[in-house]
Amino acid sequence: MIGFRLTKRKPLPGWARIVIPIAAIVATLILSAIPILIAGGNLWKSYYYLFHGALGTRYNLLETFVKASPLLMTGLAVAFAFRAKFWNIGAEGQLLAGALTATALGVSLGGIPPMLVLPIIIVAGFLAGGLWAAIPALLKTKLKVDDVVSTLLLNYVMIHIMGALLFGPLQQPDSSWPRSSAIVEAANYPILLARSRFHLGIPLAFLAVLIIWFINKKTTFGYQSRAVGVNARAANFGGINTTKVILWTALISGGLAGLAGVGELCAIQRRLIMDISPGYGYSGIVIAMLGNLHPLGVLFSSLFFSVVIVGAQTMSRMTGVPTYIAEVIQGMALMVMLIFLLFTEYKLKRVRKK
Amino acid sequence: MSNNNQPVVRMSGITKRFLDITAGDNIDFSLFAGEICALLGENGAGKTTLMNILFGYYTCDEGQIFIKGKKVNLSAPKDAIARGVGMIRQHFALVSSQTVLENIIVGTGSGNGIFLDLKSARRDIVSLQERFGLQVDPDAKIWTLSVGEQQKVEILKALYREVDILIMDEPTAVLAPAETDELFKTLKILVKEGCSVVFISHKLNEVMDISDRIVVLRAGRVVAEKKTAETDARELANFMVGRELLDNFEKKHITAGRAVLTIENLSALNDKNLTALHDLNLVVRRNEILGMAGISGNGQRELAEILFGLREPTGGMVKINDAPLKFGSPTSAISLKMGRIPEDRMDTGLLMDLTVEENLILENHSTAGFHRYGLMNSKKIHRFSDELIAAYAIKTANRDAVTQSLSGGNLQKVMLARELAGRPALVVAAQPTRGLDVGAMEYIHQRILQERENGAGILLISEDLDEIFNLSDRIVVLYEGRIMGDVRCEDASREQVGLWMSGVQH
Amino acid sequence: MSELFDIAFISGLIGATMRMATPIIFATLGEILAERSGVLNLGIEGIMLMGAMTGFLVTFSSGSIWTGVLAAALVGMLLGLLMAFLAVDLGLSQHVSGLGITLFSTGLAMFIYRLYVGSPTVPPTIAPFKQITLPVLSKIPLIGPGLFTQYSLTYVAWLLIPLMSILLYKTKLGLKIRTVGENPVVADTVGVNVALTRTLCLVFGGALMGIGGAFLTLAHQNMFLIDVIGGRGWVAIAMVIFGNWDPLKGALGALIFGFLDGLQLRLQGFGIAISFHLFLMIPYLLTIVALISVSRKAAVPAGLLKPYRREEKGG
Repeated sequence: MIGFRLTKRKPLPGWARIVIPIAAIVATLILSAIPILIAGGNLWKSYYYLFHGALGTRYNLLETFVKASPLLMTGLAVAFAFRAKFWNIGAEGQLLAGALTATALGVSLGGIPPMLVLPIIIVAGFLAGGLWAAIPALLKTKLKVDDVVSTLLLNYVMIHIMGALLFGPLQQPDSSWPRSSAIVEAANYPILLARSRFHLGIPLAFLAVLIIWFINKKTTFGYQSRAVGVNARAANFGGINTTKVILWTALISGGLAGLAGVGELCAIQRRLIMDISPGYGYSGIVIAMLGNLHPLGVLFSSLFFSVVIVGAQTMSRMTGVPTYIAEVIQGMALMVMLIFLLFTEYKLKRVRKK
Repeated sequence: MSNNNQPVVRMSGITKRFLDITAGDNIDFSLFAGEICALLGENGAGKTTLMNILFGYYTCDEGQIFIKGKKVNLSAPKDAIARGVGMIRQHFALVSSQTVLENIIVGTGSGNGIFLDLKSARRDIVSLQERFGLQVDPDAKIWTLSVGEQQKVEILKALYREVDILIMDEPTAVLAPAETDELFKTLKILVKEGCSVVFISHKLNEVMDISDRIVVLRAGRVVAEKKTAETDARELANFMVGRELLDNFEKKHITAGRAVLTIENLSALNDKNLTALHDLNLVVRRNEILGMAGISGNGQRELAEILFGLREPTGGMVKINDAPLKFGSPTSAISLKMGRIPEDRMDTGLLMDLTVEENLILENHSTAGFHRYGLMNSKKIHRFSDELIAAYAIKTANRDAVTQSLSGGNLQKVMLARELAGRPALVVAAQPTRGLDVGAMEYIHQRILQERENGAGILLISEDLDEIFNLSDRIVVLYEGRIMGDVRCEDASREQVGLWMSGVQH
Repeated sequence: MSELFDIAFISGLIGATMRMATPIIFATLGEILAERSGVLNLGIEGIMLMGAMTGFLVTFSSGSIWTGVLAAALVGMLLGLLMAFLAVDLGLSQHVSGLGITLFSTGLAMFIYRLYVGSPTVPPTIAPFKQITLPVLSKIPLIGPGLFTQYSLTYVAWLLIPLMSILLYKTKLGLKIRTVGENPVVADTVGVNVALTRTLCLVFGGALMGIGGAFLTLAHQNMFLIDVIGGRGWVAIAMVIFGNWDPLKGALGALIFGFLDGLQLRLQGFGIAISFHLFLMIPYLLTIVALISVSRKAAVPAGLLKPYRREEKGG
């Protein structure tokens, strides 16, 4: 607008792909000083408690992983979908679908052999999330309905389904609050490390990273999904069945988000409540974009976010800065990352004006 | 033709670089009042870039521009228009869903205050139409107009803004011969009324026909400047290419075999639900190149899309080697061994943001050789890509280079490599050399002839009559969805084909 | 059941329809402005939230409700400017830019609110807008009382609908906006400043979105809660598609949504034995159904979603 013009630049060497995200994170942390100062917090104390609260003690560190787990899953879910240009903004609803299924099964599977309970719940949760994502995918491929809008609207539909069930059949019998009964013992995710909340879901999430990375890089499906994301018309020209690709992408994406829901239910809450997700599905979007849609990028950005979220709790207690600073930092990180990514492809050129 | 010594436009020392290409290298260009100056050169020579700089659409890295004697600094088309410079591009800058009137007056200050004054605008436009002989219905929506009529709207747009320096970029590329004559008449009227025209083209005969003076560009430099009366086509061609053009191709005489492609009673609608193809019947044989001539917009796109599997017809049948083609299924076309070259390679045929290798394997990535249980066999794929890159001399850093970085000619080579690798029985090529430089064009022609020798049947759809006449064994013309005429190449004359292209049957 | 057809019920329903539709009308008009110029603004939900929060806080601290509305509009303009910077000047993906702004705004709104208000047990409230009854018009039988007893912002929304139509279809600026949205190359080559046009549309669209959000905390309710917007921004996005990018038709969609919202509230009062949550779902489901019926022949502005850069050299 003001005498500058963006022009394409020569592609940056490979190391840029790692340095740029790190630079973005550093820049974000520096920019975070602004809201911290506005909140009246002492800068150095705030940063200290932010990091200490997240990484300073064994419990804190493990807690950071605990918080990272659902973020990682929804981040993977969104990244996987976005790669195929399936704009899945519905991870939140798909997460709830998973949690809901896990609840329904978790309170009623008391009678079957304990060994089977978790596997059944996990598979069912995955399918529930996957199906909830498949609906907008079908709408997109068969009826050309915009996926941004349909996935978003379904989030609200799912919240209300959950509400209807929590005030209805799933409600704990003697309670007037919208909460379910506790799930049976066998449905709990085992805690893997003593004196912490480090649970099964965390290695599952890491496993998911590996699996998604493998799918993307080594399988024909990963190739097809990439092609569809880059140019659906050309992919169709080349004989790829774009409808099938998008549907499977939606199933996997929704399934991952559903697993995030299962994890939150079976590991943390152990019963279904309305607030089971403080927006993990939406955070997943930021995480996915921050990670440039790459599974390893998603891994690191979910850890970064988790550090910020967990650390913000401690920081808030010790300095009075509101916990919502976590969301502010998240939003800033995204914009910083976008801008940095832009400048890997373009540079500014000064233009003489009249 | 005026002989003022003060040029109405003077560009000196113009240099323009894009990334690693120098599109303009120290160019000096002048336009004199009342003349039609042709800017000649092959595709990629830098003609459009130079004029985009004059129009303010691009900025030059070095150099100066003088318009009507005053030095100017153009940072946007607005500045150029203010000085009387207008540009009509190859792809018309018109909004198809809006009316002629809206397209002409957008952005002008016609009428009073903030409201559109359609009445007085209409009055002004009608008087312009009479003065310059450009009749179009002001309330028609652009998409209903023919290409020639749309071009008239573009000219009216410029005249409405009191443009007197008009740049026309390849204006005849989309016109039938009759419409070209009308355009030339219009240009003469424009000049008589005080305009000066820059006529960008790569078509020698037209340039000889209409221009007063010719400037030849090659690889971003001015290589010649001549008065039209003092030169001829052969000399110009040599300037354009820098060497003696190959006169004719080595086309072996081969007897065509049995039919490879049979089209029966094919009918189809276009995107506006108007008839694009009318009960079409066509046969292409082995060892034969069937050249389908015709101006764009007469059904070629729809025909190609049907054959490629991107569109479903309303009736008819297509058979490839007696096997029926399943409509709307690219997979069917691929499995019937059709090599397909779509006319807009970047949008339809290539995955620009992926690597060269990923593009090469688009169609066969899921065949037995390249994958097993869903996993891609990297080694085999790498070997395959490397072989193709070598065989087709694709200029690229390596197989992992992003396809976006390749030049137009190399993009087409990637497409060819992919489509011809499987030894297709039928090749359907739509405008395969559009926008490419002569070197790339020659390569592609050679490859097409090679396939012909190998036993393929080739349907060549092209607007370029030279290309049609050089390569075809038989020529047909597509006009308004029907085949006009079907002759052997030796028996065909350009006049006859030109008449068919304009819809004249006999 | 016969109470359903009681005059009072219908009158109340009409009034409620207008009320519930108001924020969506503002949001939809704001989004139409943006999308007609070629930019999909997914920041709408966040901008509405910031508008709601700002309007509330400013009203709370200044005591003047119209100052609150003004502040909400200003905040909306600033966020619209930010969206313009990301999506127009930098040419970043419109999906990503918009979502980024929504996420950032959500965090920011809560952050600022907490900073200012802390965490009291009882959330602060303000004295909201009062409904105004228009003299003659409200005497019209059946529809009068409901339709013409509204908040002033609702009357403003009504005026904006035809104004937006006139702007788009009858003014020079409107033609420029539409051309930029259909084909920015065309606009650029006739001297229209594409970036500036898009930016202005995003800024003024943002103002409308901010006001729409403020309506929810200054009229509809009188306090600020984190879920006050409740997805209405996204509904507006759907209404733009439903209304085929036309202000009148988009407003019609908003009215339908408002009707369903109002109906749902009233039906609950009748103790009809279906869960309250299922009712809440209906408007969203019906929006999806509406989208399905419309998506086939959508008249999408052809230049939507594509960033415009002049010096991209093709292959």
